[in-house]
Order: sequence, then C-alpha cells, then structure tokens
Amino acid sequence: MDQAVQQKPLTFKDYKSDYKPVWCPGCGDYSVLASITKALAELKINREDCAVISGIGCSSRIPAYTSVYGFHGIHGRALASATGLKVARPDLTVIATGGDGDGFSIGGNHFMHACRRNVDITYVVMDNEVYGMTKGQASPTTAADWEGSKLTPHGTGVSPFNPLSIALSAGASFIARGFAGDPNGTAKLICEAMQHKGFSFVQVLSPCVTFRPEQAEWKKIVRKGDISASADLGEAAAFLATDDGFSTGVLYESQRPVYQPDLKETKNLKEIEASFEL
Amino acid sequence: MTSQTVSIAITGAGGAGVMTAGQMLLDAAAKAGLYGLMTRSSGPQIRGGEAAAFIRLSSEPIDCPDDFFDVLFCFDWMNVDRFAAELPLRPDSVIIGDVDAKNPPDMITTSIARQVMVPLSQTANEVEGGRPNMIGLGILGEIAGVPLEALQNVLERVLKRKGQVALDASIEGVKRGMQVASDLESEIGIDLHLASQPSEQTRWSLTGNESTGMGALRGGVRFVAAYPITPATEVLEWLAPNLERVGGTLVQAEDELASINMIIGGSFGGVPSLTATSGPGLALMTEALGLAVSAEIPVVVIDVMRGGPSTGIPTKSEQSDLNIALHGLHGDAPHIVTAPNSISDCLFTTQWTVHLAESLQTAAIVLSDQSLGQSRNIIDKPADLAFVAKREVAEAGVENYKRYALTDSGISPMAIPGTAGGEYVADGLETAENARPSSQAEDHYAQLDKRQRKLDQFDYGQHWAQIEGEGELAVITFGSVTAPVREAIKRLAAEGQKIKMISMRLLSPALPDKFEDAMKGVSKALVVEQTHSKQFYRYLRSEFDLPKDTNVLAKPGPLPFRPAEIVNKIKELG
Repeated sequence: MDQAVQQKPLTFKDYKSDYKPVWCPGCGDYSVLASITKALAELKINREDCAVISGIGCSSRIPAYTSVYGFHGIHGRALASATGLKVARPDLTVIATGGDGDGFSIGGNHFMHACRRNVDITYVVMDNEVYGMTKGQASPTTAADWEGSKLTPHGTGVSPFNPLSIALSAGASFIARGFAGDPNGTAKLICEAMQHKGFSFVQVLSPCVTFRPEQAEWKKIVRKGDISASADLGEAAAFLATDDGFSTGVLYESQRPVYQPDLKETKNLKEIEASFEL
Repeated sequence: MTSQTVSIAITGAGGAGVMTAGQMLLDAAAKAGLYGLMTRSSGPQIRGGEAAAFIRLSSEPIDCPDDFFDVLFCFDWMNVDRFAAELPLRPDSVIIGDVDAKNPPDMITTSIARQVMVPLSQTANEVEGGRPNMIGLGILGEIAGVPLEALQNVLERVLKRKGQVALDASIEGVKRGMQVASDLESEIGIDLHLASQPSEQTRWSLTGNESTGMGALRGGVRFVAAYPITPATEVLEWLAPNLERVGGTLVQAEDELASINMIIGGSFGGVPSLTATSGPGLALMTEALGLAVSAEIPVVVIDVMRGGPSTGIPTKSEQSDLNIALHGLHGDAPHIVTAPNSISDCLFTTQWTVHLAESLQTAAIVLSDQSLGQSRNIIDKPADLAFVAKREVAEAGVENYKRYALTDSGISPMAIPGTAGGEYVADGLETAENARPSSQAEDHYAQLDKRQRKLDQFDYGQHWAQIEGEGELAVITFGSVTAPVREAIKRLAAEGQKIKMISMRLLSPALPDKFEDAMKGVSKALVVEQTHSKQFYRYLRSEFDLPKDTNVLAKPGPLPFRPAEIVNKIKELG
C-alpha cells in the first residue's frame, strides 16, 4: 500500500466491510457496529493490528461487517478464543462481541472466568433479552413472565440475572452499560473500555425489533449516562441493588494486575533437554 | 548367571517410599549402563494409599513389561492383594518381605513363589534416621547388581536439597541393605546381575508425558491452554515451566471447552498451539475441533487415553478413544490422528504431528495413553529432527487476498493478524474462497474437496508406520501395544518363525496405497489392540484390504499386554 494513503487517518467507515449485515431493518446491532468502528477510528487502531472475536448469534455476525481481522467461532466460546489470541499475541487489540444467549447462557462460565482472569480484552455484549437467530427464545436476561416464546409458552418462571452484578462479583475491572439508541455515548464507553488495562465489559441494550418489538419503548426508559463511575466495589454493588437495568454509563473501574505472561526466551531447547540426562 | 532382563515389583503403603526407591533403582541402573522401564500403580486414594512400582531392567533398550516378575519386594502387606492381577509370579520368583510384618495376606501365603523374610525395619532402626525403603533399595541393588557408587550418585543428586544428614542416613541405609542381601544370599537364592552396556550415547530418563511435552517444544509449540485430567496432567505440568523458558506460555483454562477454544485463538494469531487431555476432555473438545478443521486453524490435541467410557478407570491404560478420535467430529471433517508407539516415540510423534497440523492447517489428535504417559523409561537420547512448525502464511499487501483460495495442494496461505491487507474472518460457517460466508452448493463442494485434498496429497514419507521384519504373517497394531508385539515377534524369531510387524503411527488420513505396499507378501494377519470392541480392527477393515485370514487379539484395560499372550495367540494360529 502507498505510504501516503496509509498515513491518512482512517474514519469509522474505513473499519466497516462492504458486506451487508443479515440483521433485520431497525436492529439495534447496526448502531453497536457503528459505535465499535467509531471507537476504532477514535483510537487510531491499525486495521491489521485488531481482531474482533465472536461466537454464534445475530450480534456475533459483527466480525464480518468490520474490516479488521475477525474470528466467528462456535456458540459461547468467543471469550475463550479471544483470551487465547491476546495471551499468545499481546501486541494485538482484541475485542470480543456477542449476545446475551451466547455470553451469559452457553458461554456463562467463560464470562465469569474472563472477569477474574483480567486479560486485556474488551467484551461488548448486545443484550436484547432474546435468542434472535433461532427465532425468539428466552435468554438469561429475559423476564421470568415473558410469554412470547413457543419454547416457554408460560414464561420461563426463572428470574433473569443482571450481567453487571455477575461481572462485578466475578472481579471484572471495568464494567459499563450503553444503549444502542445512543451510538455516540456507546462509542465513548467502548473507547474507555478499550483504553482500560485489563478485562473490560460493556453491556449494550440493543433492541430486537422482530421478536421483542416492545423494546422499541426502551428509548423512552433508558437514562443516558446517569451512572457515575466508581472504583469502590461496595458503592457499585449498592447501585446495582436498586438498578432497573436502564441506567447507562461506566459503573465500575479499578486497576488490577493484568494477566499477561512475559513472552521472553531465557533458555534454548538444548538446555531443557539436559534435564533428562542422568 | 547373566540374564537378559529382570523384573522387580516394589509395593508398600503410601508414604513407605515405594516410588522413590523404584525410581532411584531405575536411575542407578541407568548410571550403571543398563536400560529400564518403570510403571507406577496406586490405589484410588488421593494421598497415602498403597503404591506399586513395576521395574524392568535390561542390557538393551526395553519398553514393555515382561510376563512375570522375578522379585516382588513388599515393604509391608498393606493392601498388596489389590495389585495381585498386576503381579504375575512364577515358581522361581522370590517374594521378599519384612520379617517383622505380621499377617501376610493369602495372596502371599498361597503364592507359587518362594518367600524370604528379611530384617527390614530392624535394620532401618539401627541407622540414625534410617528408612526401610533405603534398606530395600540396597537389597534390590545388590540382587540386581547395581553397584553402590551408582546408587550413591543418584542419592546425592536427589537428596542434595535435604541436607547432608539425610543423605548420609540414606547412603548408610543402602549400604546396610546391600549387606543384608549378601548375608542372606543363599536364602534369597536369586542373582539378577545383568551385563551392562557402557554408554556411548547420552541416555535420558523420562516419562511418556514428558517426552510428549518435549516433542511439542521441538515442534515449535509456544502456546498451550490446560485443564487438568488424569493421566494427561503431567504433559501440561511439564510444559508450564518449560514453555516459559522458551518464550511461550501456558494458561490454565476454566474447562476443556475453554482450553480448546483458547488454543484455536492462539493459533489464529499465528502461534503453534496445543492442549493435552484424556477421553472425557476430548469429547468436550470435538465441537471446537470441527471449527479448527472448517476455519483451517492448526491445533494439536494430545489425548492420553485411559479406561473408558465416562470416568472409567482414570489411572489405567486403554486404547478405546480410537473411535472418537477418528470419527468423533461432526460433519465431514478430515483431520489428522497419530499414535506414538513408545515413550521415546512420544517425542517424535508429537513433534511430527505439530509439523503436520501446521503444514496442513488443520486439527490433529495424538493418541498417547496412560501406560506410555505415566511410565518412566531409560532411552538413548533421541536424534534431533528437522520437523518444525511450518505454516504457509500470506505476505502483507497482497491484492485481493483470498484466505481459502482453491489451490492445487489444497493449502492456502494464511494471513496472520498484524499482516496488512490480509484482514479476513476465520469462520465456522462455510465460506467462499474470499472467506465470506456462503451456503452455495459450489462453495461447499469446493471447500470440502480442498480440505480433504490437502490431507490426501501430502507426502507423509515413511513415518506413517513403523514396519519391521518380513514374513507371511503380519501383526498389525498401534500405540503402546507395539512394544509387547515387538517382543513377542523377537521371541518367535528366536524359534525360527518370521513375522512382520506393522505399527501404524498415522491413523488418519488412512493411506491405503502405503498399507497395500506394506502388506505385499503377507497372507495372514493378526490385529492386536487394547480395546473391548475391536475398534482398531474395525477401522482397518473399513479403510484397507486385509487378508482373508485375519485374526484379532483385543482386550480392554486395565491390565497391560504381556509378550507371552501375543506369542501364545500367534502359536494358536499355527
């Protein structure tokens, strides 16, 4: 590539691919895609030095719609693959993306352990409280009495959980919530998350117009930026105790040691082999 | 008398120092110019249960257990009967016990072997800080002709951290033990001195799991994700510090689903990556292995097989993961399956498999097993081999880069993150050449063909099998069963019978042409494997042409194959 072209600053559009998303018109994920690409442009990340990693679901299609390196793996395992990539290649910027079913149900165990491991990756979850790709089933964030799914016609009867509470108790060092209806605010949150050293988690409320049309009301309920960032666990926990799920902003940020082994060679193979000699 | 090999079993309660004494005897014998093998067995207790060390020493390289033990040395009678099936004795074997140990179990009192009681704890008590296991080590050293200086050398190496007092007590204990054995020479009545072979080559003492770890490093693996499981854990524990030394790293994962997906992530980043597990873990990993095949991301999974299914017999060997390794993936997912045929070969096969996975950009499974992984062997230092991870990568700035380009070889240059112009999405979805998801028939056909073609066209050289000898009868086997098969064939050769051995190292892809070549002049076959449902025989039948006269010797774990069983089966065939 021509040097002059390379040096020209990239705009958010340069981080989008020319591939047309499979999403329904009006899906919140379009807006989250824009927020991610804006954050990449804002932080001037080289396209080749960034990878977006996902699992399975509507929102997990995002890697193909960006122009950076992408990895669209299997259901629920985005964080595991992202962790492996970052630890093996600490020079890269690694973003994991996905939905509430992928991240909190089938991938729930990895979510918990990614929070406590604190590898320097950013995890953006587009939460629409439903499995969209399989045509509308309840997820771990769906209200217990939602009767819109053929799979659970009387509602799940199971209480949803608050992903921010899980992240906080599992030890995540950066926790935020954004809203697809506020793409610039969300881009700012993702920027902050990417700049944070360690594991950063951003839940983005991203309405599903097809299976949860009532979520169109979210734009009236969501309070933009009403959470104030705290470095105090007790304060953040107290906020979550009365959280209705529609506050946005950074909930918690603290500095913890980042999991990143030093990849420095100190011995050659011959020296290691010598340990087998009698 | 100078015999070719001797076999010694040592048993005792947990904490009696059985494994310590066993390994010291093995290492000292190696110092004295012998070869050897030590297999461990223990009760189900996490700590403190009864333990047994099975040692075979030889003038020549040895890698399987013999038919019988010459000596059974019991520090005490604690649950020794639990090992009865693992302790075949004959009339001229000797059971050595402590004269002060009371109430020997029926297994001892009714044994066909002679019994000699020696003053074990008495002698230990005479030494300040003395321990019965050091007296035992001295007795066994004297019987097996392992000289004091070799034993002393090993003691100095192993006990130097424990201080001079502990070392002196152990050396004194060993000396007293040797004296006890020589005082009671006629009662013990067995002389197991072997002719030692002076070392021309450096010898190594290592387990199969360590050998596997070294093979991974030599192959270029620099990222490992790990979830503990018996009997594979030592591969990972050995790799953890050693990867760090060579500039790589190991992450302990939260489960096997994480470990396999982590290494896929690491390898997507261009770093040769591996994990080790056993059957239950492999079962959890098979979905992700399909992804590695589809997205063409090289990964290596070491499966140290144990008795299955389910939790099965975690501490004992079996070859019964063959089916899942070959056929466990969903969809049409051509991949590599290999099997090392000895502890030494764990190094070669792992190194070679990393090379294959990297070259072919696909998933590979190495079928080791508990008997290889957890046994310790004295071997000649393996030669340096040139198989190092070699992945075809895309250069920066390629116009119109196509990750899954339909090349003749089926191998397409892989863009590694950091390479400008190579940005693509690795995908579990079927894709077109340009890595864009596609559900078009022509793309699916083309990519399926490509992923099969690259495996079929690759030149695997002579490493696909270990072929030894000639004869109308061929014994076909794989993995850890190779050693007893080889020894059985050697014994029959001494009686004038010529038999060919084909031990398969590459199980997938199957190479029917090479197999046919290897079977030229063979009219009769015997398949030997450690499974219950004849998995290997069924695999051979599905992939290759076998002689009409083909027989099977299949038995599941937990007991190892002994050469005599195979000799008897061959004789039975006539």
